[in-house]
Amino acid sequence: MTLLAPTRAGQPPSVPPAARPGRRRLLPYLLLLPGAAWLLIFFGVPLAQLAAASLYDPSGSLSTGYTLTWAFGNYPDVLQAYWPQFLRSFGYAGLALVLALLLGYPLAYAIAQKAGRWKNLLLVCVVAPMFTSFLVRTLAWKTILSDNGALVGLLRDVHLLAPDGRLLATPFAVVLGLTYNFLPFLVLPLYASLERLDPRLLEAATDLYASPTQAFRRVTLPLSMPGLVAGTLLFFIPASGDYINAELLGTPNEYMIGNVIDSAFLVRLDYPQGAALSFLLMAAILAVVFGYLRRAGTEEVL
Amino acid sequence: MTPMARETPAGDLRLANLTKRFGIFTAVDDLSLTVAQGSFFALLGASGCGKTTTLRMIAGLEEPTSGQVLLGDTDIARLRPYKRPVNTVFQSYALFPHLSIFENVAFGLRRRGIRSVDDEVTRMLSLVQLDGYGARRPAQLSGGQQQRVALARALINRPQVLLLDEPLGALDLKLRRQMQIELKRIQTEVGITFVHVTHDQEEAMTMADTVAVMNAGRIEQLGAPADLYEFPATAFVANFLGQSNLLAAEAAGTTGGDVAVTAHGARFSVPAGRARADRGPVHLGVRPEKLHLVGSADQVPQGHQHVTGVVTDASYVGVSTQYLLRTGWGTELLVFAANSGAVAQVPVGSEAVAYWDPRHAFLLPRDADDTDRTSPVLDEPVGASS
Repeated sequence: MTLLAPTRAGQPPSVPPAARPGRRRLLPYLLLLPGAAWLLIFFGVPLAQLAAASLYDPSGSLSTGYTLTWAFGNYPDVLQAYWPQFLRSFGYAGLALVLALLLGYPLAYAIAQKAGRWKNLLLVCVVAPMFTSFLVRTLAWKTILSDNGALVGLLRDVHLLAPDGRLLATPFAVVLGLTYNFLPFLVLPLYASLERLDPRLLEAATDLYASPTQAFRRVTLPLSMPGLVAGTLLFFIPASGDYINAELLGTPNEYMIGNVIDSAFLVRLDYPQGAALSFLLMAAILAVVFGYLRRAGTEEVL
Repeated sequence: MTPMARETPAGDLRLANLTKRFGIFTAVDDLSLTVAQGSFFALLGASGCGKTTTLRMIAGLEEPTSGQVLLGDTDIARLRPYKRPVNTVFQSYALFPHLSIFENVAFGLRRRGIRSVDDEVTRMLSLVQLDGYGARRPAQLSGGQQQRVALARALINRPQVLLLDEPLGALDLKLRRQMQIELKRIQTEVGITFVHVTHDQEEAMTMADTVAVMNAGRIEQLGAPADLYEFPATAFVANFLGQSNLLAAEAAGTTGGDVAVTAHGARFSVPAGRARADRGPVHLGVRPEKLHLVGSADQVPQGHQHVTGVVTDASYVGVSTQYLLRTGWGTELLVFAANSGAVAQVPVGSEAVAYWDPRHAFLLPRDADDTDRTSPVLDEPVGASS
């Protein structure tokens, strides 16, 4: 600071450049340029490439080479072959979302409105798991839920689980993993919305004959809508495309569409199929999101 | 016209030995008072005197440490706020930002399960002169309009008591005056008991039938505004409600209907009916506008009393001129002379005599070590500006 001061003082006072309309108008575009170039090179081009791959001749292979034959038939084919995985993806993600809402809304509310000086500490606790890798966290759950782990032993002892019952490799484990891994994405936007909620509005609602339940429904919930919508989207979109949880905590019976895409690209090397599935997933998620936003009616998110 | 005929007979609002402590701090200290049904009652005090806490205990937003809040014969002190026939106009208005003005006003009715609210809401919006604003959002309204929505939102429920927590604090002066008249008009029209909390003495006096001056969690004095002003009970009231010249004096008992006092070597008298104490250390008080300035002692009319001094400051404020008169013992007295054209301006630096009618003076008890207390022009109590 002290070193900079003399230099600053030595400079002539900055005079705003005379209005040069041409340059002014160009400035926003110049600022956009790096980001736009980045998006074009690393998102636009691969996306176009993927779109092309989804229309390749399905009989091609890495050794014989692929040809673009505009094979639109790839789409109905993959849908017919993998619709259960599609449904499972949205089913698991939806179930996990419900669980996450039940856990996350009270959590976000408590942190935002009731935590007082513990607020920042609690927020750090929400974010802290993100400091380790997604993979490591999911592997940790694999240990916790393992057949000879303490949790399963305890549940068997109290007869909540049959003597040969398992937690790992069940749909329960996958949904639990999804809920756990994506919970912060729901909690943080919700927290931001609830933090801005003026407690005096709740006092006013109570003063105007609203019971605590009514005050929640009529004031808290509508005012937390922007955060709720953003949070559910940030949770649901990655959760429905996820394949790590099903891979590590489930069996092929729990495989979601992400696992199928993963194996199409990396195991079976069936690029047209993988690309077509990717596009179908993207379309399905967009449809779900737009349908949801129309119903939730929150202009502030989009 | 009785658009607001009450559904259930209300009663007086009574606070009995109401106390609220926050840790070791006593916000409201053994407060007892009665607010007559249908009256406009003002709780006046500086910030931190416990007036808002008192209001919040009536509303149910704060639970009393001890004591009762009685409406008629029922103690409502432990009822949840949404079970009380009491509504509040909040200082911040606390309008619901996600609801239209119409829905804000209809909120209370809907929560009580009333289906057809249209007529009532329309009537209420026109009562506060906001016809046609129903579809707007609170953010689209000015401060004064929002204030009126807050009022309509509370009034529509026909509460037995309406609580107003500094409702005009956020408005500019002109709008505040306008709303004071408006509030008074509405109160007369609907006949609901209003309990108004404010730190603005002028606001309290303009609107309320009864004013209670609060200080440090207790009521210093309670009465009609004119009584409080003309004959304050304590030095705090004398200086919080308007301004006063309080001279440290010694009273020597009542003789023949008058109390004889000695202040700074001069002898004065005050009618016994205007004395809160007639023996020992007292404050001899005279309001600045009850003092009149003349050039010399022989111009003082018969039966009036006077002190002599030098004019050290004169502020011309239009309707009046405010003089500071430095007495022989150094205290500066405040003198307001109405600019009625009858009296000439007194130049600064000239010697002058301030006289008053003894019937306009009053005697207050004084702590033995307390000295003269006058309210300097520049150091007015908060909100007393006008």
